Amino acid sequence: MSTSEAKRIWPDAKGRFGAFGGRFVAETLMPLVLELEGAWDEAQRDPQFTAQMDEYLRDYVGRPSAIYFAERLSEHFGGAKIWLKRDELNHTGSHKINNCLGQVLLAKRMGKTRIIAETGAGQHGVATATVAARFGLPCVVFMGATDIERQKPNVFRMKMLGAEVVPVTSGTGTLKDAMNDALRDWVTNVDETFYVIGTVAGPHPYPHMVREFQSVIGREARAQILEREGRLPDACVACIGGGSNAMGLFHAFVPDENVRLIGVEAAGKGIKTGQHAASLAGGEPGVLHGNRTYLLQDDDGQIIDAHSISAGLDYPGIGPEHAYLHDIGRAEYVSATDEEALEMFQLCTKLEGIIPALEPAHALARVGDLARELGPQGLIVMNMCGRGDKDVFAIANHLGVKI
Amino acid sequence: MTVTGAARLEARFAALAAQDRAAFVAYVMGGDPGLGKSAQLLDGLPGAGTDIIELGMPFSDPMADGGAIQAAALRSLNAGVRTNDVLKMAAKFRRTDTQTPMIVMGYYNPVHHMGCEAFAKACHASGIDGAIIVDLPPEEDAPLRDAFEEYGLALIRLATPTTDDQRLPTVVANTRGFVYYVSVAGVTGAAVPDADPVQKAVARIRAASGLPVAVGFGVRTPQKAAQIALSADAVVVGSAIVDAMARNGIKEALDLTRSLSDAVHTARQQA
Ligand SMILES: Cc1ncc(COP(=O)(O)O)c(C=O)c1O
Repeated sequence: MSTSEAKRIWPDAKGRFGAFGGRFVAETLMPLVLELEGAWDEAQRDPQFTAQMDEYLRDYVGRPSAIYFAERLSEHFGGAKIWLKRDELNHTGSHKINNCLGQVLLAKRMGKTRIIAETGAGQHGVATATVAARFGLPCVVFMGATDIERQKPNVFRMKMLGAEVVPVTSGTGTLKDAMNDALRDWVTNVDETFYVIGTVAGPHPYPHMVREFQSVIGREARAQILEREGRLPDACVACIGGGSNAMGLFHAFVPDENVRLIGVEAAGKGIKTGQHAASLAGGEPGVLHGNRTYLLQDDDGQIIDAHSISAGLDYPGIGPEHAYLHDIGRAEYVSATDEEALEMFQLCTKLEGIIPALEPAHALARVGDLARELGPQGLIVMNMCGRGDKDVFAIANHLGVKI
Repeated sequence: MTVTGAARLEARFAALAAQDRAAFVAYVMGGDPGLGKSAQLLDGLPGAGTDIIELGMPFSDPMADGGAIQAAALRSLNAGVRTNDVLKMAAKFRRTDTQTPMIVMGYYNPVHHMGCEAFAKACHASGIDGAIIVDLPPEEDAPLRDAFEEYGLALIRLATPTTDDQRLPTVVANTRGFVYYVSVAGVTGAAVPDADPVQKAVARIRAASGLPVAVGFGVRTPQKAAQIALSADAVVVGSAIVDAMARNGIKEALDLTRSLSDAVHTARQQA
């Protein structure tokens, strides 16, 4: 990697991260996306907006989240010291709310009166419904029918929060289809609606905006590890669905060239089986949902359905900034299977008394390898980006237990 | 000598303008429900009064389409149809019909995957005259525009109810053939446009572009088509024909096409 490349400020004015990103939407949405970019530019530079964000992050979300030395996991893996960035302790149980808060505050600022969102695991849906409830805005969440089945507790939570949950049956009824239907809603309700995208994907300015809202994770983690260990970690590790918790952790560390940045994609039943959600490992560059990035696709450019036990990782694309960090070699991308995630879910629960979401359980699988590789002198920060309450039914099912 | 590409579109619009008639544009999904039937429908369109053919290229994630065209794309893909098959079907059509302009409509990823240059070359070789790529706005379409220019093909842009005066010049710059006005904010086949605002928009876009303006999205009936034909240079119907094909087959789809094209062709004489 060339140093200057990584240190450049991305995205550029066209929303590009190198050859990735951009703005590929139907003309009806172009003026809306440009309006959003203008409002976001202004808000970013407004100290009042930042102060408002900081206050809600502290009092409502519960930031800063703790950083925790996972002593027994470290012992178990027998290598480097493993620190967990505890974003699962946030209000609503994941990192998603950092971004929802920012976008809903921006929606208010723009005078929008209706919130829509897509969701996979339901964490983004719950976080959006929560913030919408707090600010008294009606909220519609698009969720694949398959995901509604496997994330029932979150569906009920969203409804309790006053959101309308719209089941999406097109395609395979998962996250990408929910995103298609959210875009169809937005293109129809152009005046009053704000579309809260849940990850670092979509047309510019979303990948940039979501990264900025999530980058609080890495800023805190960097300061916390410096304070506790007196040095930067050897590696930061995070799971990747669209890549928002990973970009959130990575962003502050990108200029620290000695810190390895490692993203863990979902390998599903195994990359070789074709049933996975690893867009970098098994995909090619293409254009979907507003940006150019790596996508799972066939030789005609038709999108291939992803597979992962984790609804939050079950997406055939990845945020454009990851595609860029991958191509310039600044970040490394590996993967973990369904089986590994299930094993790590149980291990973390038993050893640390922390029930992780299935998403970060994927990251933990590669943290184990890395800890052994780095040895006892090593230092790892992993983003524990969500808690596993939403997954207990699916896990019980897998273990053959009726609850 | 027969003209091709953007020139074939221009020739047809000029001929219709001389007769003070609006053009009728029929959209059908390539390969729906399979290649055989789809080709039969395509062959029947000019005889049913279609002036310009818009041939859909199926995509797995048609974000700008409503239920009817989504379902049609799925039927086509499930029948194993891919972009190259649709282009081959077009080429076969072109062997017997050198007059009817034909454009393809689809999404960017299959084009991106083939490569813009290869796609333009394949369109040219198949007798396709232009393309509408729904999710490729002017800011991003330079690679395809350049490739199309090389082959004399028309890259047709969309203007919509959200395209304001500030943005319109960007949308119509470097266009050929015609401008497609999406008459309602929404997906295909959902809401029905009002004739009044459409008339104003058409005048505005015609003035800004100096090109014919086709109006589509939401036109389903001969009555509505005739209303729109009073001001627009062309009226596009898609979902209704696709629906008729899915429900009742080729004959019904062509009967509907005939009644729509009649309404469009006679609208100005009857007004
Ligand atoms: C806990 C958790 N982690 C990770 C993800 C994946 O998203 P991202 O890669 O944007 O962080 C999700 C998505 O629903 C999630 O709920």
